[in-house]
Amino acid sequence: MKEFAFIFISAILINNIVLSKFMGICSFLGVSQQIKSSLGMGAAVTFVMALTGLITYPVYYYILVPMQMEYMRTISFILIIAALVQIVESLIKKLFPPLYRSLGIYLALITTNCAVLGVALINLNEEYNFAQSMVNSIATGLAYTLALLLFAGIRIRTEHSEVPAAFRGVPSTLISASILALSFVGFSGLAG
Amino acid sequence: MAKQSNIKILTKGIFKENPALVTLLGMCPLLAVTTTIYNGFGLGLATLFVMVMANVTISLLKKIIPSAVRLPCFIVVITSFVTITELLVKAYAPELYAKLGIFLPLIAANCIPMGRAEVFASRNSVFKSLLDGIGMGLGFLLALVLMGTVREALGSGTLFAGTDFMITIPWVHENPMIVFLLPAGGFFALSLIIAALNKIINRPPPLSVGCASCSLNGACASCQTGGAGKEA
Repeated sequence: MKEFAFIFISAILINNIVLSKFMGICSFLGVSQQIKSSLGMGAAVTFVMALTGLITYPVYYYILVPMQMEYMRTISFILIIAALVQIVESLIKKLFPPLYRSLGIYLALITTNCAVLGVALINLNEEYNFAQSMVNSIATGLAYTLALLLFAGIRIRTEHSEVPAAFRGVPSTLISASILALSFVGFSGLAG
Repeated sequence: MAKQSNIKILTKGIFKENPALVTLLGMCPLLAVTTTIYNGFGLGLATLFVMVMANVTISLLKKIIPSAVRLPCFIVVITSFVTITELLVKAYAPELYAKLGIFLPLIAANCIPMGRAEVFASRNSVFKSLLDGIGMGLGFLLALVLMGTVREALGSGTLFAGTDFMITIPWVHENPMIVFLLPAGGFFALSLIIAALNKIINRPPPLSVGCASCSLNGACASCQTGGAGKEA
């Protein structure tokens, strides 16, 4: 149980996928303009990450490893993710129309979100077992949501501030991200 | 798309439409691996190779690929070359492989190769796609090296560490600003570089993160008009 708690806290606070591993930056900067869209994107990413963890583990250990095709992992994972997103999108559209209306547009954005492929590869690199992979996948999704939410909160407050012309737009957004990332450095002590 | 001369196709990726610094695509590797020039150059070279090969292949196949399933086809082509690159780097530069780690396979999820495949390679001749791949790849390489230079010079007070030409910057080396090696410094350095470019070429600052916000990149309307981020 202790190791699960450790993986969970590590993924969310110490090695936050966005703020210290730099994955999913594109959507981090692009979607985080409102709290509501951040929540939607975060929920969609968490959902897809959990499914990705669930499927890539058996595919790697029960198909690729016995066939000695480990080098095919990037191709197979990215295709699994792309297919998964399509299936999830159609399923939600058919079964839960209200959920689709709030999450649908974000789902389409996930296919090549590097954080999703990243979490599948991290699970392998860390040699997690199945339960650990699942904990890590879900925690990473929550970490992504946390980063997005925090950042959206900051952006709403700084949106209308006066900044020097050259810094207007993206540069000032990046500075906010930098300060947010700096605050997460404080958590690195938790690792012990 | 207006007809462009070959030289223009080659140079627009490096300056006018630099994928990393102007259209703000491929930010993840740009921020993650650039703690030294050596790492940035290594990843830039790998991405350049993938982009040139993927652009040429997709341009060759453009008449065969049905448009309904073109995005999965692009993904497969790009990821194949990423896997080839991964194996090559692992075999011939194991140190670099260890340093780049997960970001080497993640080239597959980079929006730049995908965006170029959709916007350029799937509608232009093989030779033009080759030039476009070289130009855009070099532009990205340049941005990575620029970031690497700023972060390495300020963060550890050296230049070209890890190669035979290592230079030590006198005072900074003893008093490095370690924050530039941390993730926070990555965001900060990129912000400074973009702001400096805004100031120097006096362009209107980009207001949004163009196509980058749509990770399925090429498929979105703004990419299809050929200008990632131009609508801002």
